Amino acid sequence: MAIPPDSSQAAPAKPADVWMLRLYVAGQTPRSLVALANLKRLCEEHLKGRYTIEVIDLVKTPQLAKNDQILAIPTLVREIPQPMRRIIGDLSNTERVLIGLDLVPAPKTST
Amino acid sequence: MKHKEPMNTTLTPYRGPTLPKTTTGIQGLDELTGGGLPKGRPTLLCGNAGCGKTLLAMEFLVHGAMDSGEPGVFMAFEENTEELVQNFASLGRDLKALVAQKKLALEFVHIERSELEETGEYDLEGLFIRLGHAIDSIGAKRVVIDTVEALFSGLSNTAVLRAELRRLFRWLKEKGVTAIITGERGESNLTRYGLEEYVADCVILLDHRVEGQMATRRLRIVKYRGSTHGTSEYPFLIDEAGISILAITSMRLKHEASTERVSTGIPRLDAMLGGKGYYRGSSVLGSGAAGTGKTSLAAYFAQGAVAHGERCLWFAFEESSGQIIRNMRSIAIDLEPAVRSGMLLFHAERPTMFGLEMHLLTIHKLVNQFKPRAVIIDPITNFTTLGSEVDIQSMLTRLIDFYKTQKITALFTSLTGGGDEMGFKDVSVASLMDTWLLLRDVKNGAERNRVLHILKSRGMAHSNQVREFLLTDHGAELLDVYVGPSGALLTGSARNALEAQEKAQGLMRQQEVEGKNRDMERKRRALEAQIAMLRSEFEVAQKEATRTSGQDQTRAGVLAGDRITMSRMRQADAEASGKTPKHPKHK
Repeated sequence: MAIPPDSSQAAPAKPADVWMLRLYVAGQTPRSLVALANLKRLCEEHLKGRYTIEVIDLVKTPQLAKNDQILAIPTLVREIPQPMRRIIGDLSNTERVLIGLDLVPAPKTST
Repeated sequence: MKHKEPMNTTLTPYRGPTLPKTTTGIQGLDELTGGGLPKGRPTLLCGNAGCGKTLLAMEFLVHGAMDSGEPGVFMAFEENTEELVQNFASLGRDLKALVAQKKLALEFVHIERSELEETGEYDLEGLFIRLGHAIDSIGAKRVVIDTVEALFSGLSNTAVLRAELRRLFRWLKEKGVTAIITGERGESNLTRYGLEEYVADCVILLDHRVEGQMATRRLRIVKYRGSTHGTSEYPFLIDEAGISILAITSMRLKHEASTERVSTGIPRLDAMLGGKGYYRGSSVLGSGAAGTGKTSLAAYFAQGAVAHGERCLWFAFEESSGQIIRNMRSIAIDLEPAVRSGMLLFHAERPTMFGLEMHLLTIHKLVNQFKPRAVIIDPITNFTTLGSEVDIQSMLTRLIDFYKTQKITALFTSLTGGGDEMGFKDVSVASLMDTWLLLRDVKNGAERNRVLHILKSRGMAHSNQVREFLLTDHGAELLDVYVGPSGALLTGSARNALEAQEKAQGLMRQQEVEGKNRDMERKRRALEAQIAMLRSEFEVAQKEATRTSGQDQTRAGVLAGDRITMSRMRQADAEASGKTPKHPKHK
């Protein structure tokens, strides 16, 4: 498994920490727009106020695809909290996204 | 390998603008494909696990980067870059250096189903972007994707995958790169996921089979659109120098025939072969039962070649080189100086160590390295444990053709069963041989002797005589054999006995003649003595005779005088002389 570039600084993973999410897209395709919209909606619902989303367009910066082992487009990478998670697809299946992001218990415990 | 290789157009070099090709630089593969892989198109390379797909693909890139000035991208799904670098370092390939020189890009794609959550529609644009970026960053002309089928195990949406693979192959063509895509061999299909339906241009199948505990790798070109190609399975070899496929360039029997002669190393044998020995580039079979002097025959040949300043390569499958050198000293051949001067090279190994193809390739490689003018294979019969007769014959055919094209004179020895004059195996390879020397045992009384005769020797006058092949501490001798009264060959002590007998008879005859001569002489002398005696007797008699006749005369005279006086006295008229008395005189 490839090591994410900043794994060294990822020691404590408390729910209170700010989530760092990266969405890899390839140009402004309808699918990537759908994915971004889905991601924003989910974050507002479950991680309000404690998340950042970085959108990386591989058409502009193809060299970044290697580091996070990007294959499918779109791919969502959960950088923090550790461990790193990768979710592919346009994020339209909310249930699977929550499982993928390990967010299923979150809404129950937080509210 | 199962059938005779077809003599089709596999060997024609690339001609005309039919289809541009990219050389692989892999020994044998370029000949087989008539110049390489289709340029700017993807080739599917499939085969089961461990058959050498990754190696062949990487060799294609390395040769391109080093020899053809074509940088290449290796996209690996199964091994990461460190593993690749390590694995190829053991084959003498410094991938790191090539990467540093921007001649090679290694792109490892990690894919693990458990780490991927599929949450909706997606495509593989990320893969395209990565590959495209790698190609553009070094200006790659060659691409390898090894093994793209890993995607199927990592992603569940096969409909998307198939569509994306189709797009990938099209995209590679548009990019104009010559690509190799590897795939795992499937149960019924060439590849497990039917990749062959996407690649229409060239499909190569590798195979790794175990037959009789011997693993052999084989390569077959399943299809090659727009190009003729060899259709059979061809053995290939992976060793410390990479991959090599058996060159089959000689299948057309178009080698030149030399009229030059090379010595057999035994003067009398040269004499039997029209006085000059073997033809250069011919193949010679020396067959015989155990202990008939096959290796000795080979040793003389080697010695003869070295003496003429020609390199000789000796493949020994029964004895070590030390053993051969020691044993040959007993018949006055010292091979050691030739070995030390580098004119003679021994390659001794047990044939069972490797498969038939491995041997063939080893022989090829050594011959190409050492460049001998003479080669000895001692004995070929040891290969029989390694394959069926058809396999062996096919191997020998290729071997002989290879030697012929290289103008190498080859001596093969063949062990036949005891008693059997010519073994089964002999007959099957004999048609390939130009000269066949048969070494035999002849049993006479309580001993066994070696004889040699020439069964055939194409294109030269040769002796039809059987010769006794005598190995002595001062060298080999070929002696005339005797044919006994019953028509049986007489050799060894029987020959000696006969020789002694003939000698004795000769002596006796001589003595007889001498005795007769002496007899005659004696008789002559006796006769002469007799003659001398008779002559002296005669002389004596003659003397006697003259003496008596004198006496008679005087007596007659006296008588006549008497008569005259008497007649005077009686007064008778009678002449005094001229009348002899009518009556004998009285005393």
